Amino acid sequence: MIAELGHFSLILALCVAILLSVVPMIGSFIGTYSWMALSRPASLVLVLMVGISYAVLTYSFLINDFSVKYVANTSNLSQPLIYRITGVWGSHEGSLLLWMLILALWGAAVSVFSRAVPMQMIARVLSVMGMISVGFLLFILLTSNPFDRLIPAPVDGQSLNPLLQDFGLVIHPPMLYMGYVGFSVAFAFAVAALIGGRLDMAWARWMRPWTNVAWMFLTFGIALGSWWAYYELGWGGWWFWDPVENASFMPWLIGTALIHSLAATEKRGAFKAWTVLLAVTAFSLSLLGTFLVRSGVLTSVHAFANDPERGVFILGFLGVVVGCSLVLYAWRAPQLRSNTEFTVQSREAGLLFNNVAMVVLCASVLLGTLYPLVLDSLGIAKISVGLPYFNAIFVPLAAAVALVVGVGALVRWKNDNVMAIVKKMSWAIVVSVIAGIAVPLMMGGFKPAAALGVALACWVFLTTLQGVFERLKNRNNKLVALFSIPAGFWGMTLGHLGIAVFSVGVSLTSLYSIETDLRMARGEVHEMAGYQFEFQGVEQVQGPNYSADEGLLVVTRNGVEVAQLAAQKRDYSSQMGIMTEAAIDPGLTRDLFFALGESLNGNDEWSMRIYYKPYVRWIWLGAFLMGLGGLIAVTDRRYRKVKVRQTSRSESTVSAT
Amino acid sequence: MLVCLMVIGVGGAVALILNAFQNSIQLFYSPTEVVEGKVPDGAEFKIGGLVAANSVVRDADGITVQFELTDNGETVPVRYTGILPDLFREGQGTVSVGSLNDEGVFVAKKVLAKHDENYMPPEVADALQKAGEKHGATTVNFQ
Repeated sequence: MIAELGHFSLILALCVAILLSVVPMIGSFIGTYSWMALSRPASLVLVLMVGISYAVLTYSFLINDFSVKYVANTSNLSQPLIYRITGVWGSHEGSLLLWMLILALWGAAVSVFSRAVPMQMIARVLSVMGMISVGFLLFILLTSNPFDRLIPAPVDGQSLNPLLQDFGLVIHPPMLYMGYVGFSVAFAFAVAALIGGRLDMAWARWMRPWTNVAWMFLTFGIALGSWWAYYELGWGGWWFWDPVENASFMPWLIGTALIHSLAATEKRGAFKAWTVLLAVTAFSLSLLGTFLVRSGVLTSVHAFANDPERGVFILGFLGVVVGCSLVLYAWRAPQLRSNTEFTVQSREAGLLFNNVAMVVLCASVLLGTLYPLVLDSLGIAKISVGLPYFNAIFVPLAAAVALVVGVGALVRWKNDNVMAIVKKMSWAIVVSVIAGIAVPLMMGGFKPAAALGVALACWVFLTTLQGVFERLKNRNNKLVALFSIPAGFWGMTLGHLGIAVFSVGVSLTSLYSIETDLRMARGEVHEMAGYQFEFQGVEQVQGPNYSADEGLLVVTRNGVEVAQLAAQKRDYSSQMGIMTEAAIDPGLTRDLFFALGESLNGNDEWSMRIYYKPYVRWIWLGAFLMGLGGLIAVTDRRYRKVKVRQTSRSESTVSAT
Repeated sequence: MLVCLMVIGVGGAVALILNAFQNSIQLFYSPTEVVEGKVPDGAEFKIGGLVAANSVVRDADGITVQFELTDNGETVPVRYTGILPDLFREGQGTVSVGSLNDEGVFVAKKVLAKHDENYMPPEVADALQKAGEKHGATTVNFQ
C-alpha cells in the first residue's frame, strides 16, 4: 500500500509539473501577474511531491519490502543499513528518482533564493525547469517505475552490486547529479533570456552563482568518482577515458567555459550569444551523459543495468530539448549583440582562449566517445579509442591553457600590454624552469614530460599568486587590503591554484609510478622505491554480508615500520561475485597500493600487485581546490546586492525593447 | 587579427584531433577473424571470446597465464602476465587488448572481464553469434 502512495505522489508531481510548465509561461506573455506568481509555490509543491515519493522508496528499503520489485533487485536482509539507504540510487529506477528529486530541489532553491529577479524572468525560468521535470517524470512513470510490484514477494532480495557497497558510492552519484542537474538552472535562465530577447549584465549576474554551484558539484562528483575507481576497482588508475567518465567530463568542460564566458558577460557585456549557447550545450551534454549511461549503448564498467527502450525515450527527449532551444537560439541570437570592443591583448581575449580550448577539448572527447558508437550501430566496425588519442590532444592543449591561465588573470579588460606583464614575470619563468629541472631529478630521473608538467604547474602557481600581490601593491595597509579582496577573486585564485596542484599530481603520478605484479610466498620480502614489503600470508575473515581472504603486507623503510596493508578478496555470498578490496597507505607525497590476486600454491603463495604512486593525492587535492574556488566565488557580496542595481537596469532594458 | 588567431588555433586543434584519432583507433576482432588472417601485421587490437574450458595454464613464475580464447568456431591462444580480473573464469566472456606475436599467440597487455557474472561484453556476444552462423552450430543465447 505504502509503495502505491509513492507512485501516486509521483503522478501528482507530474500534474504539478505540467501546471508549472504551462501557466506561468502563458502568464509571462499575457502579463497576468497571478499566473506568473504561481511558479514559486508550484515549484515548492513539486519538490514536496517528489520528496514524498522518494521517502516512500527509502522506507520500502528500510522495511525490506521485497514485494517492490526494485527493492528485491537491489537489497536483501543482510545488507547493512547504510547501503539500504543508499541502495535507493544503486540502480536505474532509483537513480532516476534521485535525478528528479535533485531537479525539483534546484527548482525550489531558485524559487526561494531569487527574490530579487523580476517576476517575468523567474516565471519563465521556473516554467522551463517545469518542462524538464515533465520530461523526466514521464520517463520514470512510463519506462522506469521504481514502485512496480513483484507478486508473490520473494523471501529475500538479491543484492546491490558489491562494487557499489562502498562509501565512495554513497556520495559520488548525488554529487554528480547535483552538477548535471544544476546546469538545468543555467539552461533555464538562458532559455528564459532567449524567450524575452533580453540579455543584460544583470541577467549574467543572476545566473552566475547558480552556474558556479552546479560546476562545483560536478567537479566534486567527478573527483569522487575518480577516487572511488582508484581504490575500489583495484587497478590503481584514476582515470580510464571510459565513455561514462567522458559523459560527465564533457559537461564539466563546457561548464568551465561557461563560468569563464559569464565573467566576460557580467563585467563587460561581451560574448552574450556565446554564453547562452554554452549554457544550452552544458545541459544538453548532461542529458547526453544520462542517455549514454542509461541506454545500454555503452560497453563500460558502469553499464550495470540497462534497457534500449529507455534509451530511445531519453534520446527523443534530448532531441526535443536541443532542437527547441537551438531553434529559439537561431531566432533570437541576432538580437543579442555585444557592443564591446577588445584587442588581442586583453582579458576578454584570454577568456576567449579558455573558451576555445575547453570547447575543442570537449569536441575531441565527444568524437572519441561517440564515433565508436556510431560505427558500431551502422555495423561498419567495432573500434575503441583510448588513452593515446586523449593524451595526444589533452597534453598539448592543457599545456597551452596552463601557459595562459595565470597571465590571463593579470591582463586588464579591453586592452593591455601582455609583453610588459611577461617581462615583469620573467623571474617566475626562471623559477619555473629551475623547478622543472630540479623536481624530476629529485624524483629519481629526468623526464622531459615531467619537467614540462612541473614547470607549467609552477608557472600557473606563481602567476596566480602574482594576481594577489597586484591587488595589494599600491595599498598602504596590506592587511586591510587583503581582507577587502572580493570573494569572487579568491574563488578564481583558488581554482587556478587547483590547476597547478592537479598538474603536479598528474605529471608525477603518470611518469614515476612503479607498478609490479608478482608472486610472493609467506615471509618473502619485496623491495621497491626504497620500501620493503613483507608478505605475512592470508587469513579468512568475515564481513557483514561477505567472507574474505585477507592478505597482510608489512611495509618498512630503513628498518622502521611504515604501514600494514591488509587487502581483501571478498566473496559476496548472495551474488556470485568476487571483489578485490585494495589496501592503500595514503600520503601527501606517495601512496602505497596493495591488491591481492589469486592463491597459487595452497594458501602460502599468492599473486599480487604492489604499486608505488607518487603525488597521486595531488590530483584530487587539485580538483578539490577548484571546486572550493567555485564555492567561495558564490559568496561574493555583489550577488547579494543584486536587487538595488537590478531595478534601474530592468527599467532601462524594458524601454529599450 | 583576433579572428585570424582563432581560425589558426581551431584549425590546428582540429588537425591535432584528427591526426591523433587516425593513429590510435583500436579495432575489435573475433578469434575466427584472427585465424582467417584479417588482422594487419603487428597491429594492436582487441580480441573477445569465451575462455575455453580447461585451457588456463600458469607458468612457473606464477603470474604469467596462458589460455585459449574461443568463439566456438576458432580458437586463439592468449598469454598474459599480471593479475587477472576478479571475474575471469573458464567459460566466461572476456576481452583482451594486445597484439599477435610471430607464433600466432596473442600477447595481452590487458585482460578485461565485467563485474557482473551474467554480463556478456556485446562484442563477445556478437562474435559468438557470427561464428555460430558460420560453423552451423546452434546460436548461443546470453542474458
